[in-house]
Amino acid sequence: MQMRLIEDGAAIAAPVLRLTELCKNFGERQILKNIKLEVIGGSAVALIGANGAGKSTLLRSLVRLVEPTSGKIELLGKDVTALAERDLVRLRSRVGVVFQKHNLVSRLSALTNVLHGVQSRSNGPQSWLQCLASRSDRDEAMRCLAAVGMQNVALQRVDSLSGGQSQRVAIARMLMQRPEMVLADEPDASLDPQSGEEIMNLLYKLTKEKKLTLIVSSHRLEHTQHFSDRIIGLADGRITLDQPSATSSSKNLRSFFIDRAA
Amino acid sequence: MTRAATPAVRRFESPGIFAFMVWALVIAFIAWSFAETGPSLERLMRGANRLIAPDGMLARMFPPEISRLPQVLRSLLETFQMATAGTMLGIVLSFPLAILAAEGLSPNRILRGLSRGLIAVFRTVPDLVWAIIFIITVGLGPAAGVLAIMVDTMGFAGRFFAEAMEETDKGPREALSAIGATRPGLIFSAVVPQALPAFTATTLFCLEKAVRGSVVLGLVGAGGIGIELKTAFDLFDYDQALTVIIAIFILVIAVEQLSGWIRREII
Repeated sequence: MQMRLIEDGAAIAAPVLRLTELCKNFGERQILKNIKLEVIGGSAVALIGANGAGKSTLLRSLVRLVEPTSGKIELLGKDVTALAERDLVRLRSRVGVVFQKHNLVSRLSALTNVLHGVQSRSNGPQSWLQCLASRSDRDEAMRCLAAVGMQNVALQRVDSLSGGQSQRVAIARMLMQRPEMVLADEPDASLDPQSGEEIMNLLYKLTKEKKLTLIVSSHRLEHTQHFSDRIIGLADGRITLDQPSATSSSKNLRSFFIDRAA
Repeated sequence: MTRAATPAVRRFESPGIFAFMVWALVIAFIAWSFAETGPSLERLMRGANRLIAPDGMLARMFPPEISRLPQVLRSLLETFQMATAGTMLGIVLSFPLAILAAEGLSPNRILRGLSRGLIAVFRTVPDLVWAIIFIITVGLGPAAGVLAIMVDTMGFAGRFFAEAMEETDKGPREALSAIGATRPGLIFSAVVPQALPAFTATTLFCLEKAVRGSVVLGLVGAGGIGIELKTAFDLFDYDQALTVIIAIFILVIAVEQLSGWIRREII
């Protein structure tokens, strides 16, 4: 499947992400090899691949949490690889990232953690703790918590929440950021099957509601098929599969979930 | 069924010639140190006799003399105030110093190196030396003691604060960095809340250390109860000295108990 632009009436949707010959080496080891990819706005793309295939490196490279070795990344109209530090910070504020581990501050309340998302657009002590936050930010943070069904635990410390609940709070923090695009690196990996499915469903539903582009990696076959529009398969640092989720067959996809190093 | 052959594993590794030489040198140095500086058995016996003789030091300590108790208590309060003020000043100043010294938080390598160097100087020079320096600069009295405790605390807390911040989970920092948070945002949202238990424990330990240290600082004229103890010993008023020692003992134990309780309740 090579078609990457979808006609929407008369207009052609522009890609929000374009990768050209993207490479990433860690020492002698080539993790990403000449990746070429375009993703149109509002779509949900699932990245699949065995351990070490390069999924996390690819996702992290997009906002330069990992510095690419060569190639070009155009994201939300910006040449990410050429951005100065200050402009990179501005771009990152437009991209929500959900990690495998929730990466919340466990000693702080769910509400304070969600409020940290406001740091994408404003700085200062009002974004450090919920007790210092403005009324409007607190209200917005509560709405974000409500969107993930966690409004009732707003003042509970994160270390008292379950893994699934914590991941929901992390998604609320991402919503608080008001992102234009969401990158999710195996958000279901450390959760039990039911919680994992709930999280993937929530991410997919919320990004569709808000018309956000979602790029998500997962190790669970059924999640990648159900909660995406398009599936990209990575093997040995290259894209070896690119097809709509609706037409994907479990048989074809299964080989991407086998750890080749094992 | 035959048992699979397993390789024989030695219980101990025999040391190499270099390791053997190092161990031999260390043991020889310890033995030499004892021989040169350690008290002889004969001296120890003479000392013990002097301590427990009918007119010895121990007998002259009892009962403790309490006629100067109000003055002793005033000095005790001054000692505690010196320790509190010095510790709090040191803790407040340690915080920015520790941020500059912490890997991953410091703005650049030069500032990090300078901050680490400053902390090392504060830590390696003993508090008694700082007290003498401040007595020369600001004069005799508790102000010199407060400054000495402050610098000593900065040397200790600066290092521990920096290490506590370096050891925090990097995940929250990475998550906030990924959304474009600034350096102060990362420090105060992701790092400080995680390091807070370590900060509290270090602060309480510094206070305990300062209370014990401030007694000694008084001996060189930096205020507090130390001067009372020195005067009593200088005048051979061992009964008054015992009163001062008991007062110090109660203060140190009270502060240790209080900090232990705070640690349990808060951390």
